[in-house]
Amino acid sequence: MDISKKEYEQTAKKHAGSSKLYITLPKAFLIGGAICCLGELFLNIYQRYAGLDFDTAAAYTSITLVFLSALFTGFGWYEKIAKHGGAGTLVPITGFANAVVSPALEFKTEGYVLGTGAKMFVIAGPVIVYGISAAFIYGIIYYIYGFFA
Amino acid sequence: MEYVWAFVVGGLICTVGQLLIDLTKLTPARILVSFVVAGTVLGALGWYQPLIDFAGAGATVPLTGFGSMLAKGMREAIDKDGLLGIFTGGFTACAAGVTAAIIFGLAVALIFKRTDRTLQE
Repeated sequence: MDISKKEYEQTAKKHAGSSKLYITLPKAFLIGGAICCLGELFLNIYQRYAGLDFDTAAAYTSITLVFLSALFTGFGWYEKIAKHGGAGTLVPITGFANAVVSPALEFKTEGYVLGTGAKMFVIAGPVIVYGISAAFIYGIIYYIYGFFA
Repeated sequence: MEYVWAFVVGGLICTVGQLLIDLTKLTPARILVSFVVAGTVLGALGWYQPLIDFAGAGATVPLTGFGSMLAKGMREAIDKDGLLGIFTGGFTACAAGVTAAIIFGLAVALIFKRTDRTLQE
């Protein structure tokens, strides 16, 4: 698993930058906050001008942010912001999108099946596995609880 | 005002992530996994919805929002389909975001060329 280790280190380096807390924390706050603010803008536009309910508008907001993140990753801009943003660019859904798109593009040289197709999920895979599993456990509890409530 | 709260709450959630990176040296993949699982647990307990009501995108855009959506989707699927919902709820809830990431990721991989930019750094 030499490649995935390299990939981890790259992503770690990309999101790490300077490690002084008084620099990294405000940067993460400002850039993360700005991305959420952009999300709030789309959320409002979709609710007001498209007449969508909150949950639907939130889903379209996610799709929009994922699209923008993919585009920025394609141009190599997301990495530049991420150098400063740290967790501010990692934790929002744009960071998840970047974690999918970046290896998809990077490993194109290894082919579209085992390169792009497989490496897309280097980070997104674990997120989905443990997210779905956590939800599954909750589902079992919720289902059983339903018999007694 | 809603933009201020979206900024502050979203920024604070990211700051927690930054603290974890700097103090524990958790890898980005582990941070993402932790945030999604934490969001699922908070969503399951019903503690995340008040934050969404308060901060809007400040709570839905970070991956904890993604997690809380998994919990919510799970509840709705079980209410609708019973036992089957345990198996369909999770994927149904995250379908939009994950599909968008896959499709746009594939499109970017097809269109753009990467000249080993990150590898050189």
